[in-house]
Amino acid sequence: MKIHEYQAKDIFAKYGIPVPPGKIAFTPDEVEDIASEIGGKVVVKAQVHVGGRGKAGGIKLADGGKDARAKAEQILGMDIKGLTVEKVLVTKAIDIRDEYYLGITLDRDARMLVLILSAAGGIDIEEVARETPEKIAKVNIDPLIGIQDYQITQAIFGSGVDTTKAREIRSIVRKLYNCYMAIDGSLAEINPLVVTTDGEVVALDAKINIDDNALFRQPELEKLMEVGADMDAIEAEARHKGIAYVHLSDGNVGVMGNGAGLVMTTMDVVSRAGGKPNNFLDIGGAATSEVVEEAFHLILMDPNVNGIFLNVFGGIVRCDVVAEGMIKAYEKLPRKVPVVLRMTGTNEEIARKMLEDTPLVYESSTETGAAKIVEMLGGQS
Amino acid sequence: MAILADKNSRVLVQGITGGEGTFHTPRMIEFGTNVVAGVTPGKGGTTWKPEGVAEGVPVFDTVQGAVDETGADASVIFVPKRFAPDAIMEAADSGVEVIVAISDGIPINDMVKVYSFMEQTMTTLIGPNCPGLVSVGECKLGIMPNHIFKPGPLGVISRSGTLTYEVVYQLSEGGLGQTTCIGVGGDPVIGTSFLELLMEFEQDPATECVVIVGEIGGSDEEDAAEFIPEMSKPVVAFISGRTAPPGKRMGHAGAIVSGGKGTAESKIKAFEAANTPVADTVPDIVRLCKETLGK
Repeated sequence: MKIHEYQAKDIFAKYGIPVPPGKIAFTPDEVEDIASEIGGKVVVKAQVHVGGRGKAGGIKLADGGKDARAKAEQILGMDIKGLTVEKVLVTKAIDIRDEYYLGITLDRDARMLVLILSAAGGIDIEEVARETPEKIAKVNIDPLIGIQDYQITQAIFGSGVDTTKAREIRSIVRKLYNCYMAIDGSLAEINPLVVTTDGEVVALDAKINIDDNALFRQPELEKLMEVGADMDAIEAEARHKGIAYVHLSDGNVGVMGNGAGLVMTTMDVVSRAGGKPNNFLDIGGAATSEVVEEAFHLILMDPNVNGIFLNVFGGIVRCDVVAEGMIKAYEKLPRKVPVVLRMTGTNEEIARKMLEDTPLVYESSTETGAAKIVEMLGGQS
Repeated sequence: MAILADKNSRVLVQGITGGEGTFHTPRMIEFGTNVVAGVTPGKGGTTWKPEGVAEGVPVFDTVQGAVDETGADASVIFVPKRFAPDAIMEAADSGVEVIVAISDGIPINDMVKVYSFMEQTMTTLIGPNCPGLVSVGECKLGIMPNHIFKPGPLGVISRSGTLTYEVVYQLSEGGLGQTTCIGVGGDPVIGTSFLELLMEFEQDPATECVVIVGEIGGSDEEDAAEFIPEMSKPVVAFISGRTAPPGKRMGHAGAIVSGGKGTAESKIKAFEAANTPVADTVPDIVRLCKETLGK
């Protein structure tokens, strides 16, 4: 789960990480009030769940309340990578001397956490890793033992940051680690972490991702979830319904099946057959007729879909239950598109018989099923 | 022959009285698995015996109690996600040799801690978020469908559930049986990955060829590919997710291409560099295995 910069800064502040004073605003009026209250130069920052806000014109410097209002009028309502800006963070402008990068995340290959510190901040850390790897220090952390002082020392002295600020940076790293563990983070990032012209060390930006699997024990953080804020309308609808769905948007074939690996493979086979998969949709292990019906409706929300391929390997799933759901759902469809079903497993024969007098086409293998749906859609897409 | 578990394995089930445990344990017994104990805290001293199961299974409050009384050396874990990390560590601490964790949705930072804990023990953890392990004709630790397997010379390792069943089913239909089939799990951090299992299969005299069913995300396939040239046995690979868009989680928490890492291309390249054929489809896996085994 992603949360906004202003929410992440509130959390950082709770853990004692210094952040510039600021407040969230939804209207130009509010922006003007907050800017006047802070006084002097402020920064107005769009709060949307995408990177590259600055380049898109979503972050602007303003001098005083009136100017902040004008800048807010430009930013509020603007579109950044398909997302509409509905709120802005108004924060005190900082005179920057140095910009660093500091982050903690999972190192999947090492099966450990990793602390990343770099003297090159304010830009994409993956770009830094490619261009100037000598400016990055990475240290693996075993959460069973916790972060050790020597590890922070290794990071500070290996990253090219100003070591006269070692004491301040060390304190922030430790607080960031405590925060990461306490909130079940999957990413906690400060980019940039700045040294001001006055020599203070401050988190100018803040990014936190929270592990979805841990939300059951983070009720306060779960409240921050804005379902759909970082996805399109169909994905948001799927999320509401608890269905695993990914939208590829430009394809013509809707794809669904039971089990993530099987669905991915089905997409690959559809593509090989000359079709273009529109989506990934996993109906899961307990594929009731209701779930199948909802899945159908989700897929057809995209007008580009003009055919659907359902691939089910029955182990736990009963094919007759899936077939029943498919037939019922098909009857209710607002838009009748060709549907090909491929099923093996429990009660396969019953399912096959049930489909005989319906417009749903039965195929016995993934490959022939994919070829069939592509053929029904007129060959190459 | 088989790897990790066989007909001599003495199996305990953690969460035997829960919904999943009640559903799947009879099917494990039906497969021939020697289920010697169940563990559900608070239900120790009772006997678990659902309809259709000939002999009841004694239930214990703790894994240590079950191990002491019954000599259990393998465990299957069905407990819900919030108790699963504790259940895994309890089993390892009680001296169980092989643990299969079926439970899904375990918080990632918990699994990183569990992984670190397991490194200090001699126990092998399969999973979590996996369909388990089947040693054909010997025992089943998990939830794979019983009827798809056939004894033969192939080892199968996979990150999926139903896709594994599909592959095994088609191999069996094609006359290619298996020694042991393992679903390693779809999470980013799992107890045992492809590389360690390739090493196990290399030591198993009954296994003549290993099938790796990989997918996008992480670098476990690449790590495994590096070991293949050192093996005396051939490997056939398959990668799903070639059409998956970057930055999106494809159902499995671990199936994601991020920052340009974990792509299908990178995995296919790694296998090809190891002179390992990569199948384009599931029927292609069957064909390549037949060619490799000279059948």
